[in-house]
Amino acid sequence: MVQMTMIQAITDAMRTELKNDENVLVFGEDVAKNGGVFRATEGLYDEFGEDRVFDTPLAESGIGGLALGLALQKFRPVMEIQFFGFVFEAMDSIVSQMARLRYRSGGVYQAPVTIRSPFGGGVKTPELHSDNLEGLFYECPGLKVVIPSNPYDAKGLLISAIRDNDPVLFLEHMKLYRSFRDEVPEGEYTVEIGKAKVVREGSSITLITYGAMVRAALKAAEQLKDEGIDAEVIDLRTISPLDTETITQSIKKTGRAVVIQEAQKQAGIAAHVIAEINDRALLYLDAPVGRVTAPDTVFPFAAAEDVWLPNEKDIIEKVEEVTAF
Amino acid sequence: MPAKNMEQMEDHFETFRILDEQGNVVNEQAMPNISANEMRELMRRMVYTRIWDQRALSLNRQGRLGFYAPVAGQEASMLASEFAMEKEDWLLPSYRDIPQLVWHGLPLYQAFLYSRGHFGGGRIPEDVRAVMPQIIIGAQCTQATGIALGLKKRGKKNVAFTYFGDGATSQGDFYEAMNFAGVFKAPAVFINQNNRFAISVPVEKQTAAKTLAQKAAAAGIKGVQVDGMDPLAVYSVAREARNRAVSGEGPTLIETLTYRYGPHTMAGDDPTRYRTKELTDEWEKKDPLVRFRNFLENLSLWSPGDEEKTVEEAKQDVASALKKADQVPKQKVTDLLKNMYEHPTPNIEEQLAEYSEKEERK
Ligand SMILES: Cc1ncc(C[n+]2csc(CCOP(=O)(O)OP(=O)(O)O)c2C)c(N)n1
Repeated sequence: MVQMTMIQAITDAMRTELKNDENVLVFGEDVAKNGGVFRATEGLYDEFGEDRVFDTPLAESGIGGLALGLALQKFRPVMEIQFFGFVFEAMDSIVSQMARLRYRSGGVYQAPVTIRSPFGGGVKTPELHSDNLEGLFYECPGLKVVIPSNPYDAKGLLISAIRDNDPVLFLEHMKLYRSFRDEVPEGEYTVEIGKAKVVREGSSITLITYGAMVRAALKAAEQLKDEGIDAEVIDLRTISPLDTETITQSIKKTGRAVVIQEAQKQAGIAAHVIAEINDRALLYLDAPVGRVTAPDTVFPFAAAEDVWLPNEKDIIEKVEEVTAF
Repeated sequence: MPAKNMEQMEDHFETFRILDEQGNVVNEQAMPNISANEMRELMRRMVYTRIWDQRALSLNRQGRLGFYAPVAGQEASMLASEFAMEKEDWLLPSYRDIPQLVWHGLPLYQAFLYSRGHFGGGRIPEDVRAVMPQIIIGAQCTQATGIALGLKKRGKKNVAFTYFGDGATSQGDFYEAMNFAGVFKAPAVFINQNNRFAISVPVEKQTAAKTLAQKAAAAGIKGVQVDGMDPLAVYSVAREARNRAVSGEGPTLIETLTYRYGPHTMAGDDPTRYRTKELTDEWEKKDPLVRFRNFLENLSLWSPGDEEKTVEEAKQDVASALKKADQVPKQKVTDLLKNMYEHPTPNIEEQLAEYSEKEERK
C-alpha cells in the first residue's frame, strides 16, 4: 500500500492498464509531452511512447470520433476531455454514436471507450470548465457514468472502466485531485462499476451523494452526531447505472433521506434518485425526501462560486428539516 | 491534388513583411496608408499593453486578479490588426484577446472584473461593438460569420473581426465559419494568431499543412500569411481585408506568425515542459516593440520621453482601474438568479426568495 492523491491514483490506473493490455491507448489535448494540464497522464508518454500515449489536434469531436473508430479496430481508447464543459463539442460522438453503437448494430459492434474528464466546482476556473453536467449523461442510455470520491475508488473504478466493453464516462472532481491522500494498493485491483458504498453507517437518516459532496456529507454527519442524529452516508460512486438496491436497503433502515448534489436543482441526478426511492421504498419513508442542490443558474463565474455551491451547512439544515417532519 | 500543384499553392502563401527585425523597411511599395500620428498611436498602444500585461502577471501572482492569459509577444498581431478596424466594426475575441477588446472600447476595469470572474466584466457598453471573450475554442468563428452576414443584410458598411489561435484551426467551427462566410460573401475577417503552441502542442502537431493561411483555399476565400511581429505588415493586411470585406469582395483568413513569451495562462502552465529557451530567445529577437520603436525613432516619431510617458500612463491607468474594480460590489447568488431570464420563472422566483433570505442572514 502507498499513500496517493486521487490524481496519482488515476495515473496509476492508466499505467496499470497500459502495461496490462497493449490495446489500451491514451490520448487527448496536451496529455503526452505535457502530461496533461493537471498532470493526470504524467510520465505515461515517456514510459509507453507516442504510439500508445499521444496528443491530438485541438478538436473534441475529432477525439470522440477517433476513439470510436479505434474501438472498432479493437483498441481500448482512453480519451481525455480537458475540462468537462468542452464535452459539448464531443456530444455527438459520445451520445449519438458511442452510446448507441451496440444497440444500433444489434450487439455486433461495441465501443469500449473510457472518456476521462475533470469537472466540479470550488476551484475558480473560468467559464465552462467546472460545470456539473453529469445529469445530461445520466439521461443517456448506453453509457455508464462513474464519479469517484477518493483515490482508492478512483484507481479501482478507472481500471474497471478501461476493461468495460461499454463506453464509460469517468468524471474526476478537480477539488479532489490533490486535497488529500489515501492508501492505494499497488498493481491491479478493481472496484465494480454500478455499486454504491455505504461510507458511514447510521440509523436516523440516509445521506445520498457522490463526488466531492461525499466529503461535505461526511462532515455534516459528524456535526449532526452532536444533535443526536445518526446519519448514514452513501457514496453512489456510479450514477449510471444507479445502485438502487443499496439506496433502498438504507431507506428501509433509516426511514428518511436527503439527496445531495453539486449540480443545479434542475440539472443533476437527485431528482432521479428521489423518483427511484418513491418507486421502491415510499412506504418506508417517515418524511418526504429532502434535497440539497445548487440554484438554477448557469454555473457561476468564479467570484460567486463559494456562495453558490452547496456546503455542509446546507446539508445540516436540510437534515434538520427532514428530521423534524 | 498532384504534388506539384500542392507545392505551387503552398508557395502562394508566403509571409508578407514590411519591416525587418531591426525596423528597416524591406518592402517599400507595400507601405500602408497610415499617418505619422496613427503610427505613434499604435506604438503607444503596444508599449502600454506590454506594461499592462506585466502588471497583470504580477497582480495575478498576488491573487488580485483571476484568470489571465499573457499576451507579451503578440502585441503587433493583436493591436495592429485591431487598429485596422473602425469603431463600428464588430470584434469577436478569444480569452487571450483582451487588449483588442479594451482598445476597441471596453473599460480596463471591466477587463479586470472579467479576470476575476465577475459578470460586471461582461457588461459591454452600448457603444462598443463586441462580444465577450470566448472560452470554447473556435466558437467565435461561426458567430463572426453570423454577425458579418447580419451587417451585410442591414446594409451596414462594417465588418466582423474574429481572433483565434493556431489550435483553434483544428476545430470544425473554424472550417464551418469560413465555409459559410465564403458562401454568403459575409464581411468577416478571420484572424488566426499562430503563436506556435496550443498550450503544449506545437503547430506541427496541430496540422500537416505548411501554413494555416492555406486553409482558406478549401473554403474558397482569400488567405494571407503575415509576419505577426511586424506591426506595419499586420496593419496593412488587416486593413486590406477590411476594405475587401466592406466592398463586397468577401471574407479573408489572415494568419499572423507570432509568439507568446509567457505561459499559456497563469493557472499553472509550465512552458519549459514543451518549448526550449532557445526558441523563446529566437522569437524575442523579433520583438514587435523593438522593431517598431527603431523604425519610428529613425523617423523622429518616437523618443525615450514618449516611451517613459506611456509607461507611466499605463501604470497609473492599471492602478486606478484596479481600484475601480475593487469598488464594484461582490456578486450575489440573487444577482445571478436575476440574470437567468428576462422575467424570473417560477423556480427562479422561489430560489430568489430562498437566497435573499440566506444573504440577509449572513
Ligand atoms: C473546446 C475547447 N477545448 C479545449 C479547451 C482548453 N484549451 C484552452 S486554450 C487551449 C489551447 C488553445 O490554443 P490556441 O487556439 O493556439 O490559442 P492560444 O492560447 O495559443 O492563443 C485549450 C486546449 C477549450 N477552452 N475549449
